[in-house]
Amino acid sequence: MSTPTNDVLPLRNEHDIVLARQHVRRLTQELGFGLVDQTKMVTAASELARNAVIYGKGGVMRWEALSDGARRGLRLHFIDEGPGITDLRLALTDGWTSGSGMGLGLSGAKRLVNEFDIETAAGQGTRVTVTRWK
Amino acid sequence: MDRIPILRMGEFLLVTIQVDMHDQLAMTLQDDLTAAVQRLGAKGVLIDISALEMVDSFIGRMIANLSRMSRILDARTVVVGMRPAVAITLVELGLSLAGVDTALDVERGMRRLRDGVEKSGVSIVDADE
Repeated sequence: MSTPTNDVLPLRNEHDIVLARQHVRRLTQELGFGLVDQTKMVTAASELARNAVIYGKGGVMRWEALSDGARRGLRLHFIDEGPGITDLRLALTDGWTSGSGMGLGLSGAKRLVNEFDIETAAGQGTRVTVTRWK
Repeated sequence: MDRIPILRMGEFLLVTIQVDMHDQLAMTLQDDLTAAVQRLGAKGVLIDISALEMVDSFIGRMIANLSRMSRILDARTVVVGMRPAVAITLVELGLSLAGVDTALDVERGMRRLRDGVEKSGVSIVDADE
């Protein structure tokens, strides 16, 4: 099969956010995710892509299809080289926002996936990795 | 320029969102609808989101804002047609859409809007029963 199992998409503007979620929708469909699981992963991707565009000043979404025995999953990395997050605990609190959002982006995305990992530091950019298994 | 059309049905406004909205489009819709409510003196707004495959916090906030703004302008908003998978995801995301009136489909939504107008005694006078 020539279908790639990983690739990178740019996240430069709000149109890229739409493209990213459409891409994630397609990937989750190809992996055989149920409708609710698809919707959760697409929504998480939308939140994290927007964070990368707005707070990270642009970045990329890297994706990889996973298989662990009979288990299949999708892992997404949202990588930006923006200002980073100084207080991670605060950023992961529901309702806290540094911008004009509702403050549900990070904390909400975390609840929509099975695995969530974030690496960030002031001036070092942010890398959020999320995984959802079928 | 991208715009979502707003239809007028008597004293109500009807919007059907059929595209995957980018953020600016959602903001434009919020502004257009609020302006239309004021300009036309609309008593209700019905937003059909049955074609939306996902609602994230940005779109959710737009819907919540719109509902609040139109209330201040003396109109009520009913959101109809939310898909079950979208509803499940919204709750886990942490967005309850508190204060947003919802109905299962357009017909029920229109009924809800009409009932609202009747209750406030604005324009409909019932015959003696």
